Amino acid sequence: MNALQSSTAPASGRFSRYVRRSREEGRLVVQPRMGFADTATMRRGLEAVRGVHAASVGTVTVDSYTRVNDHVSARRALDRGDDLNGYPVVAHGEEETRRLLGGVSGDDFPVQFRHGSALPRELFGTLARVGADATEGGPVSYCLPYSRVPLPQATEAWAECCRILADRPEPMHLESFGGCMLGQLCPPSLLIALSVLEGMFFRENGMRSISVSYAQQTDPQQDLEALAALRRLAAQWLGDDVDWHVVLYTYMGVFPRTSVGAYRMLEDSVRLAVRSGTERLIVKTAVEAYRIPTIEENVDALEFAAAVEAEERSRPPAAEAVRQTGIYEEALRLITSALAFGDDVGSALVGAFAHGHLDVPYCLHQDNANRSRAAIDPRGTLRWSDPGAMPVAASYHQGTAKVTARSLIDMLGYNERRFDREELVGAAVKGML
Amino acid sequence: MDEISTALSSRFIVTSVSSDAHMWNLVFLQLLLEERGAEVVNLGACVPDDAILAECRRQRPDVLVVSTVNGHGHLDGLRLIEQIRRDPELAELRVVIGGKLGIRGAENARFGSELVAAGFDAAFEAEAGMAEFESFLGGLEKGPSRELAMAGQEGAA
Repeated sequence: MNALQSSTAPASGRFSRYVRRSREEGRLVVQPRMGFADTATMRRGLEAVRGVHAASVGTVTVDSYTRVNDHVSARRALDRGDDLNGYPVVAHGEEETRRLLGGVSGDDFPVQFRHGSALPRELFGTLARVGADATEGGPVSYCLPYSRVPLPQATEAWAECCRILADRPEPMHLESFGGCMLGQLCPPSLLIALSVLEGMFFRENGMRSISVSYAQQTDPQQDLEALAALRRLAAQWLGDDVDWHVVLYTYMGVFPRTSVGAYRMLEDSVRLAVRSGTERLIVKTAVEAYRIPTIEENVDALEFAAAVEAEERSRPPAAEAVRQTGIYEEALRLITSALAFGDDVGSALVGAFAHGHLDVPYCLHQDNANRSRAAIDPRGTLRWSDPGAMPVAASYHQGTAKVTARSLIDMLGYNERRFDREELVGAAVKGML
Repeated sequence: MDEISTALSSRFIVTSVSSDAHMWNLVFLQLLLEERGAEVVNLGACVPDDAILAECRRQRPDVLVVSTVNGHGHLDGLRLIEQIRRDPELAELRVVIGGKLGIRGAENARFGSELVAAGFDAAFEAEAGMAEFESFLGGLEKGPSRELAMAGQEGAA
């Protein structure tokens, strides 16, 4: 882990200080994805996460109405007692959200608000005022996959939003969601490039406490190479004055349906986090394939992750060197080629997407070229079957076979099948005996 | 899904609901419908109600397919279909909804009948799999009629 690049800037803000301290103690920070509509349940959730046997940080996931600034619908749902899929910060208001955090969040338990909004001005204003420790997203990563907002407009809004966070006396931490584009079927080089570019955009707009992200994909060796490349590029491009770390997401795509499969998937992501020197991990639960998890299911996932982490750290370090297939070089090329499209990072991002030099495979947003295509090769490695106009080479040639509904479903379900095999196939074989 | 038919000559609009950002369901549906010979306009994720109504008025599709998996479908879908049925131009439009309609897993089934009662021609809860939607499409291939479409709703309840 010592050979890996890490931030040299002093940690600033509660969130980042906690992550730094945990790293120095050799502990992986684990974090759930958790959001409930009413304050009492959300509070219970935060308290439960604070109490887990692990280095944990809290999450308040904001609901989808707040994401699209439809605070009226969120308010109406609260009044009627309808189900919401998260905590509506703006509809609840400042006082209520302060009550939610009071006495729970602190130096030993910073809380991040997770939202998915392309235009989070109002949300960020509230978060800055209530003393939230961190939030996340980005001008690209919360625009293209999650909205119909034009990219130039989202970029402009995010520049202002960064200022809101940066101007607070105790600066907030901001994480790029660029490493998770569409959750799956986006090759590592583009995930890395987008996360680093968004990190640079945050810095350009005043942020100094930043995390870059990466989501577990289909091949552990490829993911390990990708995380090493991400660290190297973050160290090179974010600058000495930025306090940064890496956050890994347990697989964000179609999840295994069996409990054994889901836990194996989570286990793999924990081992990947430890081996790659990643500071923070956002976990998934055993019920991911079915529904929003309960507080208890989240606690189980966090404690399971901490147990796997301890076991992994007790193992001798891997003798094998990290595979080198050119992910670093490809991501670097995407970054430098994108930056040539503008005088600042914001306009460069807009220009690069307009010209298809950045192009998220399968993404339907009107400002994404949607010419690039990715596929999973027979060895399980995620590759470019068609890079569109991006300055990278196709690395997997499927001939003329077009992506069909069937082959898309097969690719989307690759990890689901891989991890569910143990229980499903095992059960079938047992039944035959 | 294995038997790909090209008999579907209908024009479809595929869309999500206003608060739902999920995209793979929409990419998949477009491919599925196109492989069956349909013409598809894909409005993508997080489409406001007004935009859906405006596109339907402009494009005059044979079917509007609403796909949603974020758990708000029973709320957003209800609001959307009420507006569609109030619009004189769209009152007769065939509209179906499918996906994860609530946040309660298998218990979501009850939302399907509520949505159909509110004006959807059919509702397909994800827990029931794709079979009901496939049979709905099969019905269209034989010649669209409201009665055939109604067969889809029984599986949803």
